Amino acid sequence: MFSWFYIEGILILVGINVMIVLGLSLLTGFTGLFSFGHAGFMAIGAYVAVTCTMQLNVPFYLAVLIGGIAAMIASLFIGYFTLNLKGDYFCIATLGFGEAIRLILDNMTIVGGARGLPGIPLDTTLVNVIVIDIIGIMAMAYLIKSRHGRNMIAIREEELASQAIGINVFRYKMESLAISALYAGIGGALWAHYVGFIQPLMFQLTKSTEMTIMVIFGGLGSITGSVVGAFILTFLPELLRELANWRLVFYGAAVIAIMIARPQGMLGGIEITDMFRWIKRTVTGENRRAKAAAEAEKEAKTELPGEGGGES
Amino acid sequence: MSVFLQQLINGLSIGSIYALMAVGYSLVYSILNFSNFAHGGVIMLGAYFGLYALNLLSLPFMGALVVAAFAAGLVAVGLEKIAYSPLRKRNAPSLYFIISAMGASIFLENFVVATIGPTFKTYPEIFSTTPITFGAISVSRIDILMFVIAGISLAILVFIIEKTKVGLAIRACSYSARGSNLMGVNVNRIIFVIFLLGGMLAGVAGMLFGMKYTVYPQIGVITNKSFIAAVFGGLGSLPGAVVGSILLGLIETISAGYIASQYRDLIAFSLLIIVLVVKPSGLMGKITEDKA
Repeated sequence: MFSWFYIEGILILVGINVMIVLGLSLLTGFTGLFSFGHAGFMAIGAYVAVTCTMQLNVPFYLAVLIGGIAAMIASLFIGYFTLNLKGDYFCIATLGFGEAIRLILDNMTIVGGARGLPGIPLDTTLVNVIVIDIIGIMAMAYLIKSRHGRNMIAIREEELASQAIGINVFRYKMESLAISALYAGIGGALWAHYVGFIQPLMFQLTKSTEMTIMVIFGGLGSITGSVVGAFILTFLPELLRELANWRLVFYGAAVIAIMIARPQGMLGGIEITDMFRWIKRTVTGENRRAKAAAEAEKEAKTELPGEGGGES
Repeated sequence: MSVFLQQLINGLSIGSIYALMAVGYSLVYSILNFSNFAHGGVIMLGAYFGLYALNLLSLPFMGALVVAAFAAGLVAVGLEKIAYSPLRKRNAPSLYFIISAMGASIFLENFVVATIGPTFKTYPEIFSTTPITFGAISVSRIDILMFVIAGISLAILVFIIEKTKVGLAIRACSYSARGSNLMGVNVNRIIFVIFLLGGMLAGVAGMLFGMKYTVYPQIGVITNKSFIAAVFGGLGSLPGAVVGSILLGLIETISAGYIASQYRDLIAFSLLIIVLVVKPSGLMGKITEDKA
């Protein structure tokens, strides 16, 4: 039905979105901060990387990395000023930041201004994207399991309490934002080298929203969910292409429906490794939870007589 | 000097429209504590309702304005019932409200694209386009009209909030929805009223905006600026929203007139960030504190 060329193109887009959504997932799903400015980080990554490959002849992988690091530096700057803001106000500040980046690029004639920058070498291939995705996913999984990741989750759950037990809330929020921006910058750089043309209009607020919706759809607090969310929501519009203009109408309705019916997203808080463990347990018949419950009961029984009356 | 006066008048007129839109954001924020990003969609629909009331129903201008206001008000109430009220019943965090609002905004915009089409539409010429001149400065009739109608609408809103029993309940809810509920205020009905009022003002604003410029499905994106105005003034504060809007209108037209028009939006967004950094709760906003 579809040619391989077409499917390969969508798969590359999936891979790029996985990268950006992973970063956003760390910020939104694991640290509990909302950003509507990630299109701005993508734009920085894309424009810096493109300048590197086109003007300075930097090799592709290095240019992508430089793009990501540039976005990270921008995030440190913006985070320093705005991370103390509470809730909605932080998300509004990122919105302003994202739009400001786009408008600055609109007026920068050196990178093509509003007309855009054509003729970018098409270096992003499926293999490249898969390699970078695997590194990205593994690094993220490692980070989440580390002390840093656990501290971020603690901040998401209860900011005041985390501060009270000695977690430097500002520092870990900053860390989360910076790594998130690094992923978004890398994603933006890959995107630019896949499309071959960039224009400030590509990095509008709607792009940030699209990425946030993927994170929510896949499930907050789950790396697997983010990957699945990026996969499904990149493919879905392609499958609905026949519906033409009604496509985005259904998309909007679906977002509302998810918020109402399953706000934690498809795989909220569940990882694929949990599923493996669950399958293993059911297959081998070793139900650890049941065993633990039985043991606890036994212990309780032996202890009860000594207590006298037991609990009422 | 005359250039400055001219820009001042333009700024006041666009600022008053921003105020009509910003008040809708602030009303919702004051009680539900989230930014209703679907408001832009309601404003856009208001512009279309006004256009069709004029063209298809061939109503006079004031009639069309009333139709646009009520139709947009009903859309806003409907949105609340479908997209927010289930979340409200579950006490969901404001994050989910925002996402739901964004979904609604995508839905409304593309619904119009799919049914009416993405083309630009212009309002019929109701008022003559020859400007009125006062000495060296000239003011277009639509600018005067915008300013007057926005002023009257806001005055009605202030009357409702300050002088009526419903207004008292709205003010009570904005301090504490739970406390008001315990005192016998029907919070659900107050939220209904809030969305109706915000939606009606959005309808008026949408129609006036459409008359000054054109009507197209992406008008909602431009209304983001009225959201900036609401933040600038302090989310949740009605006088703040009005003052913020007028100031934003003035800053925009003056920077367009004296610096360069392409930097206008950039200045608006930079202003947003600067205000948030220096005074996170806006010029007149209530101080939000984390609940322990």
